[in-house]
Amino acid sequence: MTALQDTPLVVAGKSYQSRLLVGTGKYKDMDETREAIETSGAEIVTVAVRRSNIGQNPDEPNLLDVISPEKYTILPNTAFCFTAEDALRTCRLARELLDGHNLVKLEVLGDEQTLYPDIPATLKAAEILVKEGFEVMVYTSDDPLIAKRLEEMGCVAVMPLAAPIGSGLGIRNPYNILTIIENANVPIIVDAGVGTASDAAIAMELGCEGVLMNTAIAAAQKPVLMASAMKKAIEAGREAYLAGRMPRKRFASASSPIDGLIV
Amino acid sequence: MKITVNGKSQLVEPSCTAAQLVELMGISSGRIAMEVNQEIVPRSTYEQYSFEDNDVVEIVHAVGGG
Repeated sequence: MTALQDTPLVVAGKSYQSRLLVGTGKYKDMDETREAIETSGAEIVTVAVRRSNIGQNPDEPNLLDVISPEKYTILPNTAFCFTAEDALRTCRLARELLDGHNLVKLEVLGDEQTLYPDIPATLKAAEILVKEGFEVMVYTSDDPLIAKRLEEMGCVAVMPLAAPIGSGLGIRNPYNILTIIENANVPIIVDAGVGTASDAAIAMELGCEGVLMNTAIAAAQKPVLMASAMKKAIEAGREAYLAGRMPRKRFASASSPIDGLIV
Repeated sequence: MKITVNGKSQLVEPSCTAAQLVELMGISSGRIAMEVNQEIVPRSTYEQYSFEDNDVVEIVHAVGGG
């Protein structure tokens, strides 16, 4: 391995070259969804599971025809589930929908204003899903103890929020994220709260294995361009993490030699 | 007989199968999943699966989401 080569991201035994995971919500249409996701280089793509529009828009393309399970690892998300039971039903439907594919993103939310995870319900749902053979990537708060508990329960990736879902506020508590990373034996993937490329780079510089985002790309003025920026930010942040940053110093340190000055 | 499909009341023939319901509802994509009274009905069994009066059916598909 040369200095510029990285090991892949490994989730549930499968290797990925891209450390950017993206959602498919909030795009203006299917074409923009496809173009942004292709540009992002993401290999793991989240989807939501909703009631079929019966009798309406029969010609509307199915998302899975645009973002195909043959090309991408589809990560069904229990988005907007507020109870463990709803999350479990959604995961079981998703597994059937995807022909037995058992990788899921578990999120059980506590309230609509913050979209913060309901931790007791998340723990309960995670325990049952792991028992039922699901491979659970779990959305959680940035509490290091809860992150470790979820890992110990058998979740294949732990995904702490950086800031509230859709807020774009960036990494609000880098020290907690760092503690979670240092304690972890499964991939830690920041999920939610990234607003722009520098936020993604910071997450990667902290040592996250990846970043999952949706709104930061979809709600940009030019989503496809932001997808490109995020791809680069993730790569740059990862390389900076591997390179190891210089120590911070309070005072200046000249870059040029002092010896041989003409004065 | 009457069943509930995605939250709405639906009249169907007493022998209606899951496959017939999907057709009746005008769902053309095969990328769906069905749950009856909160139990998954595998797609491979749609031809044989018959509903009972007052069944609560959910038919879902993937949509854009984070």
